[in-house]
Amino acid sequence: MLLNVSFHLKRGEMAFLTGHSGAGKSTLLKLIAMMEFCSRGCILLGGQNLNKVTEREIPYIRRKLGLIFQDNKLLYDRTVFDNVALPLIVSGYGYKEIGRRVRASLDKVGLLGKEKKYPLTLSGGEQQRVGIARAVINKPEIILADEPTGNLDPELSAEVMHLFEQFQNVGVTVLIASHDANLLKRMGHRILTLDHGQLKVG
Amino acid sequence: MKRKARQSKNKARNAFSDKSQTYLHIHAHALFSSLGRIVKNTFTSVMTMLVMAIAISLASGFYLLIDNMQQLTGDIESTNKISLFLKPNVSDKSGRTLAEKIRQNKAVDKVVLITKKQALKEFKEYSGFGEALNVLEVNPLPTVIQVLPKNTLDDLQAIESLMMEFKHFNQVDFAQLDMQWVRRLQTMMQIMQRGVLILTLLLGFAVLLITGNTIRLELQNRRDEVLVAKLVGATYSFIQRPFLYTGFWLGFLSGIIAWLLVSIIMLLLQSPIEELSLLNGRAFELSYFGFFDIISLLSITSFLGVLGAWIVLYYQLQEIKPK
Repeated sequence: MLLNVSFHLKRGEMAFLTGHSGAGKSTLLKLIAMMEFCSRGCILLGGQNLNKVTEREIPYIRRKLGLIFQDNKLLYDRTVFDNVALPLIVSGYGYKEIGRRVRASLDKVGLLGKEKKYPLTLSGGEQQRVGIARAVINKPEIILADEPTGNLDPELSAEVMHLFEQFQNVGVTVLIASHDANLLKRMGHRILTLDHGQLKVG
Repeated sequence: MKRKARQSKNKARNAFSDKSQTYLHIHAHALFSSLGRIVKNTFTSVMTMLVMAIAISLASGFYLLIDNMQQLTGDIESTNKISLFLKPNVSDKSGRTLAEKIRQNKAVDKVVLITKKQALKEFKEYSGFGEALNVLEVNPLPTVIQVLPKNTLDDLQAIESLMMEFKHFNQVDFAQLDMQWVRRLQTMMQIMQRGVLILTLLLGFAVLLITGNTIRLELQNRRDEVLVAKLVGATYSFIQRPFLYTGFWLGFLSGIIAWLLVSIIMLLLQSPIEELSLLNGRAFELSYFGFFDIISLLSITSFLGVLGAWIVLYYQLQEIKPK
């Protein structure tokens, strides 16, 4: 339940979304990813009102988003390559292009050479990075990450966060939900704090 | 300028061919990956397809049966044979003179005399009573004269009046026109045909339900995959494509199994049917599925598979939403 939440994220900006559990962090991300819809108010994504998007248009808008989840949402019966390639396959890319971009994407998250492995043979941090590789392969305009470091130790967490900063540096808008207050302060980006569904600091 | 325009045209064409190639690739991939999935889950797939194949082979088998029977009755129809059963006390000799007399008739094409002896011999051979008949002291069978009218045309009245004429001979006990039971048979065939049609519709519906249910289970098993695909921007048609192909394969493969089943059944029936046709005195060629029959059988079963999948996907795919 979110109420009176109003903020504007500039193109290429990186921001953190924080707050106690149940404050509505995930809900806010889900609203942007069109997994939920507003009952009141509206969300503008690149100037497009998400309330007026039809069912048919949703896939095309989601292709502009890179979604990262705490539980990865990887397909465990498929190789790392197939997992990362999925957004490209779905968008109808050619096979050569897919192979090239999958390798580039895996290289960026430091997993080159693990294409043929299955997610379960990888560590938690590596799995999370496969999820990130999948999220960025389609060159999204916006990355939305829900507790991407939730299952990682501090060192790995910092590493993953720096990875997000690299994407921001090439012009991607990044919004990360996290309750790791110490880490967020050290990163020094804009912090949006939710408290019982209300935005406290914008 | 001209060159530039040509270049951009070429570029557009290349982009188009690249896109259509990718499109074909996606379809080919969906086609073969769904087949791979069916092969991988061998046991379940084989069970499902056998159930479907039995339903399909029942329907198509009945069609084949009707087709064969039509051919059989078609043969009989063209004869319009009159059978004259002579009185028991009429000797073979007097029977022979009567047959000769009938042969003189202008309207008659062919006359066949079956003497008492011949009749008994045939009866012994085919009835299976064999030795038991030896016990009989007198031959109870009458002499029969079979008359084939010249005008084998459809003019039933002419044939009937001819039959009336023969009936008035002293030696004739009674006359029978084979047309009558042919008519009866044809009416029965019509009833059977309608029955088979209804049965086919029901069995087709069963095939539809079986595919639908299989696809529903498949969709449940691959729920995560569908969810993730939706999250990374897969369209409705992209997600449903492999499932539609699964439906196609189920229909197509069970159609092939059904065809094999029916062929085996026909092979098993062939020798008794050949015997029967020998009894009737004419060679009867058992008709199997022709090329076009097989094509249409496989098209129909494939179509039913796709349709069953489509119906289920239409209702169930909307319910799977990332939450």
